[in-house]
Amino acid sequence: MQLIDLAWWQLALAAGLVLALAVCTQLARLDIGKTMLVAAVRTVVQLSLIGLVLEALFSVAALPWIALMALVMLLMAGREVTARQKRRLTGGWAFGIGTLSMFISAFSVTVLTLVAIIGPEPWYAPQYAIPLLGMMLGNTMTGIAVGLDRLTDAVWRQRALIENRLMLGHRWQEAIGEARRDAMRSGMIPIINGMAAAGIVSLPGMMTGQILAGAAPTLAVKYQILIMFTITVGTGFGTLAAVLAASRRLFDERERLRLDRLLAPPK
Amino acid sequence: MKPAPHADTSAALRAQALGVGALSAIDFTIPPGHILALSGPSGSGKSRLLRALADLDPHDGSVALGELAQTGVTGHRWRQTVMMVPADSQWWADTVGEHFPAGAPDDLDTLGFGPEVMDWQVSRLSSGEKQRLALLRAVAHQPRALLLDEPTANLDPDTTATVEAWLTGLARHHGWPVLWVAHDPAQIQRVANAHLRIAGKQLEAVPCS
Repeated sequence: MQLIDLAWWQLALAAGLVLALAVCTQLARLDIGKTMLVAAVRTVVQLSLIGLVLEALFSVAALPWIALMALVMLLMAGREVTARQKRRLTGGWAFGIGTLSMFISAFSVTVLTLVAIIGPEPWYAPQYAIPLLGMMLGNTMTGIAVGLDRLTDAVWRQRALIENRLMLGHRWQEAIGEARRDAMRSGMIPIINGMAAAGIVSLPGMMTGQILAGAAPTLAVKYQILIMFTITVGTGFGTLAAVLAASRRLFDERERLRLDRLLAPPK
Repeated sequence: MKPAPHADTSAALRAQALGVGALSAIDFTIPPGHILALSGPSGSGKSRLLRALADLDPHDGSVALGELAQTGVTGHRWRQTVMMVPADSQWWADTVGEHFPAGAPDDLDTLGFGPEVMDWQVSRLSSGEKQRLALLRAVAHQPRALLLDEPTANLDPDTTATVEAWLTGLARHHGWPVLWVAHDPAQIQRVANAHLRIAGKQLEAVPCS
């Protein structure tokens, strides 16, 4: 079975529907019409560009180029993690911690999955490596961003409480313990819910795509299970590492709470 | 029953060339068992000074309790030894007892509580009860010096007198140096061995009768 070709005019029909929605929201004075249209245009431009890049990458299939692509994806994800935090660590720590956590979780899990589980020839075959890494980074990024945002926000609001615990002689890990556990949980809950709802409430995107492309549903299901597990592992370890590192950074070598290391939210 | 005071656990609290916020080059010594009152207009840096002594804020100068230098031990160890009790105490668990180290604390009855207070819900405490329990909580962590930020601000006159008598007795009995932030001149007269007032960037001594 072949995937049915989509012509650009057919996409224009779907775009017309988005436009109609934008008009409706404008009439209802929701004030998001413009944001929606900008986002829609970004979707078209970004996906078209990435399509061109992937076509070129697939035709070359050389490790250095694939590594470069992976690095660019990682840095973009790091930037996105930073942008999604209301109060972030100063001095590049937000970007550094987010990016490093994604590197050690998403990257290593992707490589492990490629080498030890799927085993394409060569292991970095871009048809497998790039989509896999993309899905890993996309989910890990969300988990880390949510976790860090929850952590810094909680610490900001619970400053008096954390400092009172410090006054009583508690270690910094105890003083921030509740906020830290809460942040870790918040980062991981979406992916856990995703696993619980998979197949019942939602048909995961990758599986849908494979079935549309003509793969046998049972094989698509196996791939989807693999992806769910690896995403969970990547998100989980990434969130743990990021929240741990950020909470350490919130205290100095004398175990003082240092809120001056957080940036005020943009007005 | 309180344990007998030991010579090695009572030591003077000494600040040298301390600088934090607007204050600079602050020097003072609180001998064991003495209470030093600290006063000054609001915003003059009383709490900042206490926070520097407890090593909660970065600061200049040095602080020591007897032979123990602030920088000679980890932060949490220092703060457990030189304990600050903030004006507005914070409670993170549901019941009072969860905030105390294991075992029923001493002196509950002195401050007007029965042992059942350990099962009380924190959300139902009045501000006066919170203040007294925060003092009991701090003492239960076995400090060797106390930094008190307006410890009787939320108390009525009778309870204030009880708390004053209890705290002065504790300081004398254990040989703890105590820094006591207070506004009320009458209270300072009653409890303090010495009195310093914040004047600009410095502390000035106020005669204590």
